[in-house]
Amino acid sequence: MGAIHEKYLRMDKLPHIWCPGCGNGIIMSSFIRAIEKLGYEKDEVAAVSGIGCSGRITGYMDFNTLHTTHGRALVFATGIKMANPGLKVFVFMGDGDAAAIGGNHLIHSCRRNIDITAIIFNNHIYGMTGGQFSPTTFRNKYATTAPYGTTDPDFDLVNLCIGAGASYVARSTSYHAKMLTDLFVAGALHKGFAVIEVITHCPVNFGRRNEFDTPADMLRWQKDHAVRTAKADMVPMEEMEGKFVIGELIKKEKPEYVEEYDRLIETVRKGDAHRE
Amino acid sequence: MAKKTFMVEVNRKTCKACGICIAFCPVSVFTTDHDDKAVVDKPERCTGCRQCELLCPDYCIRVEENSNG
Ligand SMILES: Cc1ncc(C[n+]2csc(CCOP(=O)(O)OP(=O)(O)O)c2C)c(N)n1
Ligand code: SF4
Ligand code: SF4
Repeated sequence: MGAIHEKYLRMDKLPHIWCPGCGNGIIMSSFIRAIEKLGYEKDEVAAVSGIGCSGRITGYMDFNTLHTTHGRALVFATGIKMANPGLKVFVFMGDGDAAAIGGNHLIHSCRRNIDITAIIFNNHIYGMTGGQFSPTTFRNKYATTAPYGTTDPDFDLVNLCIGAGASYVARSTSYHAKMLTDLFVAGALHKGFAVIEVITHCPVNFGRRNEFDTPADMLRWQKDHAVRTAKADMVPMEEMEGKFVIGELIKKEKPEYVEEYDRLIETVRKGDAHRE
Repeated sequence: MAKKTFMVEVNRKTCKACGICIAFCPVSVFTTDHDDKAVVDKPERCTGCRQCELLCPDYCIRVEENSNG
């Protein structure tokens, strides 16, 4: 426990409920380091989560926090940002949360480009409910709902978000904890909708069913399968098979939703707006 | 200049015996006790890389540079 944990966590709520070795604890640490780097006051930050093991994160962090419903965190966060654009809004979602029940909200938030930072804890499984497969479970992996392996292909979340128009998309892993902090900082500073996918590990509901004996084995898998953006272009296609790129994947300027909305209100108020 | 030395501490009460620090310490500072919890065994080897502090999911580890080096 360092001073940073004591500063940003609700100490009376610890230890957290996450299983031994779960990636969620590592990501929370990386996140508060990012807030420290950004120099935000705790009261300036709004942290919003959905439902799932990942969703529990808002209970432990000492910001303005909102633990919402499964798949709807982005909707609540949109309301917060529209009502109080001065807040730095961060959304925490699991892969089921973000890509299954909340998939619609995810793509439309990307399209809108509202100034929110969305962090997806992709552990490739429904952790909290006991290990059902999610839209990001890899093919032929085991889950309680796929005792013979899944037949569904998985979503590539970063490409989904880029396709939906997100102006900032990055990916890293729970193993690359320092890089995560840097990406959270960059995502927060980006004006617009920023998505950071964290490839993380659920040692209990994914790992045990899929031949990972220990949490450390899962972190090693991340280390061995992640290729940094700077290197990815030099790696031959066939060697990228089964691997994934980490780092900033897209960063571009686009009109931001709250500002556009305010501009429209201003035009209407002045009587300059063209009405059908 | 004297070689830097470090103090490594594990909070046994909060350790969940996940084994991550043991697996990722490059110089094998840790061992386990009868409950598989992490124990600091060879602190004199610590190089201060802080990988354990960074990756411990339960924030049980503290690494500090010794002032007398
Ligand atoms: C509307 C609704 N549908 C279903 C559930 C049950 N439920 C709770 S968490 C969860 C999925 C958890 O998986 P994920 O979102 O990937 O998060 P993780 O637990 O892995 O962090 C589901 C289906 C719910 N709480 N609310
Ligand atoms: S079930 Fe999986 S995701 Fe949930 S706390 Fe346990 S290890 Fe973490
Ligand atoms: S990483 Fe933390 S919780 Fe895991 S064994 Fe080491 S001290 Fe214990």
